[in-house]
Amino acid sequence: MCLAIPGKIESITGSAEDILNLKGKVNFGGILKEVCLAYVPEAQVGDYVLVHVGFALSLVDQQEAMKVFDYLKQMGELEELEIG
Amino acid sequence: MKYLDEYRDPKLAQQLSRQIHKITTKPWVIMEVCGGQTHAIVKFGIDQLLPDKIELVHGPGCPVCVTPLETIDRALAIASQKDVIFCSFGDMLRVPGSCRDLLSIKAEGGDIRIVYSPLDAVKVAQENPDKEVVFFAVGFETTAPANAMAVYQAAESGLSNFSMLVSHVLVPPAMEAILSSKANRVQAFLAAGHVCAVMGYKEYPPIAAKYKVPIVVTGFEPLDILQGIAMTVQQLEEGRYEVENQYVRSVKEHGNQNAQHLISRVFQVIPRKWRGIGEIPYSGLGLNRQYRDHDAEIKFKLDDIKTKESSDCISGLILQGTKKPHDCPAFGTKCTPEHPLGATMVSSEGTCSAYFRYKRNYQWTK
Repeated sequence: MCLAIPGKIESITGSAEDILNLKGKVNFGGILKEVCLAYVPEAQVGDYVLVHVGFALSLVDQQEAMKVFDYLKQMGELEELEIG
Repeated sequence: MKYLDEYRDPKLAQQLSRQIHKITTKPWVIMEVCGGQTHAIVKFGIDQLLPDKIELVHGPGCPVCVTPLETIDRALAIASQKDVIFCSFGDMLRVPGSCRDLLSIKAEGGDIRIVYSPLDAVKVAQENPDKEVVFFAVGFETTAPANAMAVYQAAESGLSNFSMLVSHVLVPPAMEAILSSKANRVQAFLAAGHVCAVMGYKEYPPIAAKYKVPIVVTGFEPLDILQGIAMTVQQLEEGRYEVENQYVRSVKEHGNQNAQHLISRVFQVIPRKWRGIGEIPYSGLGLNRQYRDHDAEIKFKLDDIKTKESSDCISGLILQGTKKPHDCPAFGTKCTPEHPLGATMVSSEGTCSAYFRYKRNYQWTK
């Protein structure tokens, strides 16, 4: 029920002054859907948004998204050192 | 898909699993709140990657499961009326009411429509001015921004034939209800990431401090869940009980304030009954007085609902984490996803349904 999927904004219609009609075409792995951007008026074309029942709830922070992998990489190197 | 596939890497999952094994010295009971997380845990076998000492118990975070029987019966009564178009998310259609479900009313000719978004229901109302269009607004905080927007837009455009049957529930009061129960075994929580994407996590530090439980805001992919568990176990082992955020890429401390603003304009906090658990104070959202013209409960005046719950079903105990599906004699025999007795078997996010689907219908062997 609380399923929310990240997708990439391909285009935006409407303006941040009229947020009720602020909409975007969002690409989910090749499937395009119209999404309400009223709650993320700062979103730009190319941004990834987290979408639930047709509404973007947050912008995906692309830098933060990589951190888990940096952390795992460091951990993996430590493991190798311990084994070695 | 970007931001999904890379968080399902089996090698990295094994690496996190090894780390959890390394840091675990004592037995711990951790509850994941959200049904979406339960589904992912069982689907990907995350529980089987954990040390024997760690037990995951599955929380009440499935809105479909906890919608009270009276509300389901009200939905059935409204949906079977002439000149009503009843719109709902698909997973509500097979939830058993006292004697039938929405799908059977649809089979008898009722105009019941599955919609993807509440705004689709608003559109149905615009296209059918001679019908009453009712949207079944269930959900947690995650879904509240969408439902708030649908009511707001209907009110702004004077769409008098659109109303909502609201059964919105809030997560933090349910966590407190579980922690303050005498039967509680939960020592830490994985908080529901998408609820926090909307609300942030500023409500959690007082709960963590009062009950001395670590709370880690966690995402939904296998690596998210494993990292959330690792962070939780680290805190438990060190005797800390803080609020941490694993799901930083999508959750900010203060959440989405634009969404919170509209939620508090359209809804107010009310006591709410949870199916299988009972009433929890301040645990629901109902429409504000200003939007009462769009409240289906007021519009359709359905007070004399008499409910009848299946006596075999233990879904209430499962929702509170005190029982597992295989503790129920009806599980997988009298109660299956085809013929569910209770709500935890209906929704794909319900614990019983997830256990049945991924063949956990045998005794816990770990």
